[in-house]
Amino acid sequence: MAFLSKNPQLSQNGELQHLLTIEGLSVGMLRHILDTAESFVGVSERDVKKVPLLRGKAIFNLFFEPSTRTRTTFEIAAKRLSADVFNLNIGASSQSKGETVLDTVDNLAAMQADMFIVRHAQSGAAHFIARHVAPHIHVINAGDGRHAHPTQGLLDMYTIRHYKKEFHNLRVAIVGDVLHSRVARSQIHALTTLGVPEVRVIAPKTLLPAQVERMGVQVYHDMATGLKDVDVVIMLRLQNERMRGALLPSAQEYFKSYGLTQEKLALARPDAIVMHPGPMNRGVEIDSNVADGKQSVILPQVTFGIAVRMAVMSILAGH
Amino acid sequence: MQLPDAEVLVREMAQKLKPFITERSALVGIHTGGVWLAEKLHSLLGQGMPMGTLDVSFYRDDFGQAGLHPNIEPSSIPFDVEGRTIILVDDVLYTGRSVRAAMNELFDYGRPASIILAVLVDRGGRELPIAAQVAGVRLDLKAQQNIQLNRDQQGVLSLSLHEKNQKN
Repeated sequence: MAFLSKNPQLSQNGELQHLLTIEGLSVGMLRHILDTAESFVGVSERDVKKVPLLRGKAIFNLFFEPSTRTRTTFEIAAKRLSADVFNLNIGASSQSKGETVLDTVDNLAAMQADMFIVRHAQSGAAHFIARHVAPHIHVINAGDGRHAHPTQGLLDMYTIRHYKKEFHNLRVAIVGDVLHSRVARSQIHALTTLGVPEVRVIAPKTLLPAQVERMGVQVYHDMATGLKDVDVVIMLRLQNERMRGALLPSAQEYFKSYGLTQEKLALARPDAIVMHPGPMNRGVEIDSNVADGKQSVILPQVTFGIAVRMAVMSILAGH
Repeated sequence: MQLPDAEVLVREMAQKLKPFITERSALVGIHTGGVWLAEKLHSLLGQGMPMGTLDVSFYRDDFGQAGLHPNIEPSSIPFDVEGRTIILVDDVLYTGRSVRAAMNELFDYGRPASIILAVLVDRGGRELPIAAQVAGVRLDLKAQQNIQLNRDQQGVLSLSLHEKNQKN
């Protein structure tokens, strides 16, 4: 079954061709992306926030699922690399007229697309498109179903490295709806690959995937023990529809048990940082005092996200 | 071929640069060899002059063929470029393409009053209309030869000559 062992993201010489998931990428590759991102951070701090690297490249934001923030950060990243960016809100156009995903992709490829940024509610959508496109076209997964959101995972790693310098001595806790979270999956793969010795997930049983331990994490069901002595607290967004699906009693109940307050954060190390992929539900998974507090690095995450996406785009486009 | 002593060349460069220096001058080294040189020149020429570094990887014209350079250092220009006399420093001047890239990057920080190019080795072979005002030495090298600046653990600079591999 040789075709199963081949990583569809990598070219025959092991170069990154697409970014579909963090799973299966080497520690060297992850570090290369983070190092490259570091040199892009300065670009955004200049008067002219632009480098000519991807001048003339056509990058299509292919969002089959609505998202404002992620789409915007990809758009900003592409524009700072001088690429031309086209935003397609597919839900509102061809798909509703019955066009298949591959027909949409083929049409855009016929318009000389160089890169697709894909978000889709179905897990595996970006892989599906990556397998289909011509070899000179690159695909970045901007979130597929519950599967992966690799650029979010990478920007979280960048943020952790920025504040904590190294990975090998850290305790990291991921709190909340791991079951439905592609972000959590990407974070767990990245943290374990980069050598974080202790990755914890803290959630009620109803919000954890079966056999989550097999991903190399320790499972906790309460904050009091789970947050003890951690260096990094990553809060996940609780989607409102989970309440309707009878997985949880109510937002208030959830906040009481799993919402991050100053009181609970005090259990972590005094220099622990608090992260959140956004958008936040204040008063559901995180208290406003914490979100706006001294230990919060939620806004720097957004800033670093631009540099990380610039790095990924330019590494892909260079191959 | 007997190569000149890089440390001697740097001191000569510093002498040649003196007439160009005003109170609005700043040194900018191009990674990696140019930064080593700029650091030496900075300690020889003084002191009050601000110094910056450029990694021109994002401005190179061979990105389409060669992709992104594997080890990129962040550029750092910790002063206002506007109206400055920039002394741009690189180790080897060859095709002129790195200098072209560096000038493009500099202009994204502001409009300098002037740019002076100072290099350790001018080896000829220009592909662009670029010239160095100050050169430590001018050498006539063949296309398959590659001259390289090295820095040892004590910070001493030296030049070495290599024959290029076939694949390069």
